[in-house]
Amino acid sequence: MSKLLEVKNLSTHFFTDDGLVKAVDNISYSLNEGETLGLVGESGCGKSVNALSLLRLIPNPPGKIVSGKVIFEDQNLLTLSEDDICRIRGNRMAMIFQEPMTSLNPVMTIGRQLMEPMEIHRQMTRGEIQERCLDLLKRVHIPEAPTRMNAYPHQFSGGMLQRAMIAMGLTCNPRLVIADEPTTALDVTIQAQLLELMKDLTREFGTALIIITHNLGIVARYADRVNVMYAGRIVEKSTAMDLYKNPRHPYTIGLMASVPRLDQDMKKKLKPIEGQPPDLIHLPSGCSFHPRCSYRVERCLNETPELKTVNENHEIACWVDVRT
Amino acid sequence: MSDETIDQLQPQRASRIGVWAVMKAILKHKVSCVGVVIIILLSLMAIFAPLIAPHDPNEQDLYHVLENPSRKHLLGTDDVGRDLLSRVIYGSRISLLVGVAATIFAAVIGVILGLIAGYKGGMVDMVIMRITDTFMCIPGLILLLVMAAALGPGLHNIIIAISLIGWTGFARIIRGQVLMVRELPYIEAANAAGASGFRIMFRHLLPNSLAPIIVAGSITIGGVIMLESAAAFLGLGVQPPTPSWGKALRIGYSYLEVVPLFSIAPGLMITLAILAFNFLGDGLRDALDPRLRGQGKKIE
Repeated sequence: MSKLLEVKNLSTHFFTDDGLVKAVDNISYSLNEGETLGLVGESGCGKSVNALSLLRLIPNPPGKIVSGKVIFEDQNLLTLSEDDICRIRGNRMAMIFQEPMTSLNPVMTIGRQLMEPMEIHRQMTRGEIQERCLDLLKRVHIPEAPTRMNAYPHQFSGGMLQRAMIAMGLTCNPRLVIADEPTTALDVTIQAQLLELMKDLTREFGTALIIITHNLGIVARYADRVNVMYAGRIVEKSTAMDLYKNPRHPYTIGLMASVPRLDQDMKKKLKPIEGQPPDLIHLPSGCSFHPRCSYRVERCLNETPELKTVNENHEIACWVDVRT
Repeated sequence: MSDETIDQLQPQRASRIGVWAVMKAILKHKVSCVGVVIIILLSLMAIFAPLIAPHDPNEQDLYHVLENPSRKHLLGTDDVGRDLLSRVIYGSRISLLVGVAATIFAAVIGVILGLIAGYKGGMVDMVIMRITDTFMCIPGLILLLVMAAALGPGLHNIIIAISLIGWTGFARIIRGQVLMVRELPYIEAANAAGASGFRIMFRHLLPNSLAPIIVAGSITIGGVIMLESAAAFLGLGVQPPTPSWGKALRIGYSYLEVVPLFSIAPGLMITLAILAFNFLGDGLRDALDPRLRGQGKKIE
């Protein structure tokens, strides 16, 4: 499989009044054509900033991408002109946002919003665009698509809106879709439906997918590979299979221990990770996770671990081998 | 009811729901109802002036100057014997035309500048808003006098002058709205879809920032009518013999003791027109406000 996206040493910092926030700090990863990557971590660990950085949508000021490369289809997105990056956004690389209720323009009909990416990026007649949009609405299982085209977002239910958003993301047949917590605002029964739908469609179109989530269950089911992030850095990188079978980073282990499971003994209590996520302005020295880590050793306090390969498909950033 | 049935009920009413809701709210709002009725009557009067007016407004009858109301001249005659009622009826044309046209031009200038300022931010915002402030801190009437003096009197010039004064309020309002709206997720989504700055400003930000402009517009029309009358009163408006309320008020004022209606009639008309637009503005505000509050809740 050929490489679609390669992120090298990407750092995005926010220069706030209270100090420097390294929201994304020197992260590297890559993604192949058609692959699904899960990006997991707590709130505020830099998942969304990472995604926005890829499309250069970081509000500036206060945010700035200070270093790194984002190589997408052999182009470094970070050095493109504003016009050129606009041609990529929504066209080659699309984004699906977390809250469908607020991510759609309330005064425009669904149809017009759905048609917008193609109006921007494609030289097609209105009729052709309309036809494709209708087709897409049917693909995402919205009944009575022709009537729905003329409806406004407030007339849709949350699930329908998110399905419309998915359709919108796919209109221009992008090579990569970034779904930023696509299901957090929806109720559980619809979540699964939508993820299935997204998975099916991306598989059908051969689109690569980055799912950003804090839900490990979603990642387990839908992602091929997983990056676990903590305090702006990737702490564990692995195939989904391998990650679940043997998580190697203490943080990942903690995350997994704190997820309730159906096959678990009912009386057993969940084990949360102790402490609070770190304040990004005043990060702990050494490994940012050490204050909460039950495996910590002297070295964790002073030195920041870099990612190192533990086996073919697995990299972790930790000084300790948790298995010993 | 299941999701499906609810959804089936809605699409038919899709696009009209907003307009109907606003109209209904205005009809419920007694005061603005009065405003609407007056505005409709004034408009009809202006449009059908030639049919309604009993006399030619410019026909002089020097044997019957400064007459009090009579059968022939229901409101009496002015200083050169023209029928006052006809002149008041024709006067509505000028006031409404200036009021509406100047407000539209002012709104266009203000909305474009405010939109750019709010969207671009930074230096652009700074420069545009400081210019706005500068215009705002000069009293309107004085600015109007200066501009009217520079441009010369006349209908077109008075419209231009008033638009150049009136745009500041619109710019401020729309900038404030844009500052709020541009932070909403759907603007980010539009950005992520590759929309250009121009598209975001005019297709996404503008329609979502327009509600307060409609309210401000309605109230501004009232203000503009007053300004036009003031200009006419000071001799800067349309030139004679074109009938104008402000002008009639000015001349009638000299004969207040002889023929009081000469100035009272146009004065009342000016008051009535301004009140009507303010009433409408009030109603519109009340009608549009709950919707805004509803939106606010969703965002939260």
